[in-house]
Amino acid sequence: MLKCSVGLIALSSLFLSGAAIAQEKIRVGVTATLEGTYTVLGEDGMRGHQTALNVLGKKVGDKELEFIVASTDATPDSAVRAVRKLIEQDKVQILLSPLSGDEGIAVKNFAKTHPELTFINAASGAQETTYVDPAPNFFRYNMDGAQWQVGLGKYAYEEKKYRKIATVGEDYSFIYTQVFGLVLEFCGAGGQVTNRQWVPLGTKDFASVIAALPDDVDAIYLGLGGADAVNFLNQYQQAGGKAHLMGGSIMIDQTILSSKGNAKNALVGTIAASGQADTWEDPGWQKFVKAYQDAFPPNKRFPSPSLLATNYYGSTMALILALREVNGDLSNNQAKYRAALAKIELDAPNGKIKLDSNRQAIGTNFVTEVVDDGKGALFSKVVKVIPNVNQTLGYDPAVFAKIGLPSRTVPECKKY
Amino acid sequence: MTRFVERHPAWALIIIIAIAVALWLIFAVWPPGLEDAIGRKRVFLNAVFNGITLGGLYFLVASGFTLIFGLMRNVNLAHGSLYLFGGYVGYAISASTGSWLLSFIIAFILTALVGVLLQLIVFRRMEGQDLRQTMVTIGLSIVFADLMLWACGGDFYQIQTPNWLIGPVELPLITAVKSSGEPVYLRYPLVRLVIFVASVVIGVAMWLALNRTRIGMIIRAGVDDRDILAATGVRIQLVFVGVFALGAGLAGIAGVVGGTFQSLSPGEDIRFLLASLVVVIVGGMGSIPGAALGALIIGLAEQLGSVYIPTYAIVVTFLIMVLVLAIRPQGLVARR
Repeated sequence: MLKCSVGLIALSSLFLSGAAIAQEKIRVGVTATLEGTYTVLGEDGMRGHQTALNVLGKKVGDKELEFIVASTDATPDSAVRAVRKLIEQDKVQILLSPLSGDEGIAVKNFAKTHPELTFINAASGAQETTYVDPAPNFFRYNMDGAQWQVGLGKYAYEEKKYRKIATVGEDYSFIYTQVFGLVLEFCGAGGQVTNRQWVPLGTKDFASVIAALPDDVDAIYLGLGGADAVNFLNQYQQAGGKAHLMGGSIMIDQTILSSKGNAKNALVGTIAASGQADTWEDPGWQKFVKAYQDAFPPNKRFPSPSLLATNYYGSTMALILALREVNGDLSNNQAKYRAALAKIELDAPNGKIKLDSNRQAIGTNFVTEVVDDGKGALFSKVVKVIPNVNQTLGYDPAVFAKIGLPSRTVPECKKY
Repeated sequence: MTRFVERHPAWALIIIIAIAVALWLIFAVWPPGLEDAIGRKRVFLNAVFNGITLGGLYFLVASGFTLIFGLMRNVNLAHGSLYLFGGYVGYAISASTGSWLLSFIIAFILTALVGVLLQLIVFRRMEGQDLRQTMVTIGLSIVFADLMLWACGGDFYQIQTPNWLIGPVELPLITAVKSSGEPVYLRYPLVRLVIFVASVVIGVAMWLALNRTRIGMIIRAGVDDRDILAATGVRIQLVFVGVFALGAGLAGIAGVVGGTFQSLSPGEDIRFLLASLVVVIVGGMGSIPGAALGALIIGLAEQLGSVYIPTYAIVVTFLIMVLVLAIRPQGLVARR
């Protein structure tokens, strides 16, 4: 009897305290790819998110932020499932989601069915997400895959003197967008892209893909990420491959550069472009790297944050700073909060970020080259910094619209 | 063989022609017209070799699966978990000792032990109840997957290939002739060849053990009628445990192989379970030669598909499975 009543009291006090706290909490749902091919990317994204919370704190006025994490596997249906669960079961008010390209398109479309909530893109980079029929409550503070390739095509053509290249990429929207950016610039400069190979996300056996790589090209561009990239490099080494390589933004990234084994050494000297460069000397970047390194023990993190960590950091930063600006006011279907998000200018670690009229980031891009630090660790070294890259890549919007949407065969290799 | 030719002369002719064409494609120097039509010979040969070596890996996984099914009528849907477990064990051993060969031995022993425990603790208690066993193995595979995720994380691991196996070798197959008349030979990753040879050796050894030894005779008798076998005084439970250990151990070895030329990560267990299911359905449940044939067909289909029809490569394997189920539901090399 006594036990029972004590239990009841404990239970009711738990409910009471729960109700008391609920008034002061703002619930935020976060998704990351913690399963499947992109697991490592999702994990480092969450580290970037955590770093932002360490730096900025979880308080907004007298309210406390509560984060609920859900896992996805880079497929669009897994992302929608996770987001739906966060909204319907966990009653979140703001979403920080998703990580990967196809997920982004799906979540953007889903966002339209919940106009009362606000969605902040965590890291996904497909062009279509914000370029075609954007959702008014979906904000993206990272650049898209094409913006992340700005500078690479010209650098390859002019400095490296590559004239003919071939590409290998994962068969989904983000890599289409990356190849789109590369091809536009490289072909615009006068280069030729002779062959574009697409492999399913999660391919394990690349041997036939490697055999089908053409010999008569100056370099091969790799648009792979996560486990796919490591598998490719491992089998490329076994096949004795020796071509010059170029890399996409998640290929030349700490998620791959600090993978186990020595297959990654094939990447030394590879040129790439991304929304960040590991060795950038900017004090804001260095401060972020330090905060990231201090937040986790060396064996639980990469030597330097990956692009995903940086993106999650930036999007978490936008989420909190805009919320502070309106003092946690989410009334009127979050209208005030959205206005604050739209006009906020972020002083992100990887350069200044502001949004265009589609709520898509305009930011800084980096052309890099992979170097060995002498102790066996690989880093991306800055070659060129390009500020103010917008979604139409500097093209006139009308001309840009004519190129078409990124796909397996778009854009054509010509000067637009 | 001769009976097959007598019974199905048309089919035999088609098969002989297909084999002849395949041999010609592999050994002859391709005329320029053919290269224009279907691409370079190097790509074709590589795809064929990759298909065969991938088939070797599939065979290692599927042979254990089919052996267990054949003897115990037990569809062990936790077989993929044994594969992944063996791979993780192999990674741990090769990372700590640096010995690739040792990782095979330890992975075999440990996964075989897990197999023994599974048989003793789980399957023995529900002998003959197919549905219950199947449900339990599904449950177990989920539990194992989560345990391994907890222990090893979501990271992907790659077992270091020993130095003497890194790099390509030249095979005496001409892929092209240079304008100077000098032949260009096929260069192929050595590690895949070694792994393929090893799986052939294992396959042949298993066939010999099953068909030429006393224990093999007991197992074959058990496959046909285990009640009569038990009545003759054979300790059938011991045979079950032994076969389960062998099947599980083979999956463990396959895990090390897969971890060497591909990689290990959560989700691989399901992928290989699915692959071995397709392989044994195509080849015929319970038959070792069937598993070999099925593995070869699926491996070739996957690799040739990924080169010549990349968009639909995933569909091809399932299309083959559907075709086999429609035309010959018992499998290509069925026992009965």
